[in-house]
Amino acid sequence: MSRPEHIAPPEIFYNDDEAQKYTQNSRVQSIQAEMTLRAIDLLSLPDSPSFLLDIGCGSCLSGEILSEEGHIWCGLDIAPSMLQVALERDVEGDLFLQDIGDGIPFRAGTFDGAISISVIQWLCNADKAANAPGVRLRRFFETLYASLRRGGRAVCQFYPESEQQTALIMQIATKCGFGGGLVVDYPDSKKARKYYLCLVAGQPDAPV
Amino acid sequence: MVKVLTVNFLTCAAKGCTSSPKAYPLHFQDAELILQEMDFNPVFIANILPRVEWPALLTTTTELGNSANVPQQKPEDVDPERDEEMLKALHEVLLETQVMSGKLVCGNCGHVYEVRDGIPNMLLNEHEIPTSA
Ligand SMILES: [Zn+2]
Repeated sequence: MSRPEHIAPPEIFYNDDEAQKYTQNSRVQSIQAEMTLRAIDLLSLPDSPSFLLDIGCGSCLSGEILSEEGHIWCGLDIAPSMLQVALERDVEGDLFLQDIGDGIPFRAGTFDGAISISVIQWLCNADKAANAPGVRLRRFFETLYASLRRGGRAVCQFYPESEQQTALIMQIATKCGFGGGLVVDYPDSKKARKYYLCLVAGQPDAPV
Repeated sequence: MVKVLTVNFLTCAAKGCTSSPKAYPLHFQDAELILQEMDFNPVFIANILPRVEWPALLTTTTELGNSANVPQQKPEDVDPERDEEMLKALHEVLLETQVMSGKLVCGNCGHVYEVRDGIPNMLLNEHEIPTSA
């Protein structure tokens, strides 16, 4: 099967039909839920409601879980059709139409944490002349780092296309100041294997 | 829908605006508000308050016409139990007051971010994209 990010840019690929199909597919729903819960687990949040960012929130299958867990969240996505489906589903988070490759439009230290499910591999695509992957990844990680509280984490589940792609992503994240590394679940199963990039934005501020 | 709280954290992402004090907060024009009931969690409000930029919150709520319940000074040493009443009032302003439609305007570059169906369109034109963050 060809990878969706090779077919068209995300805002074109996820048209009205695809957005509906994606959201209503029960297999997608259960995998998405499983990955979201795993990502929340890897965030290691304190035991109180947090202010979170969902990067590439799509139709907010993950956002609903964040709400159930008591968190307040903002979601960014570039596909209007996906956000339209999210609206119809009455999610509680704030939605923004945004290209994450242009940066995260929030001021320094905004979020307690960020999750991203099946998204950041899209940043590696040069679908327009202006979209050089290195530049977009760098802008994304720089502004993500700034938007997190010191010590806050970002957990990005993604589908790397190759080892080189994983290496490039990790190298740029590290250059932008992030610590952390890659967590691989079910490493022995090609089908079930899941990659979570677990990033830490600096050291927590010392308690006053 | 965009919560008043979120607007306090939103910035203009256009080239040159991240470092300009005039770019924050974004200014509302023609905003249409709704009140959306949300579960009240005093601990969340108490936790987020230290991160809220108070002068920007006063600017935003004045533009939206709902500044009446916002203290002029930022509350300090808030206790979720003792200060529950004040936190409830802030919960209504910060989380339950939401913007359905209108414009968010950058005071530095003039970019107008349209809000439709409660969703701000944050997409930049090609020439506005920062070359490096
Ligand atoms: Zn601007």
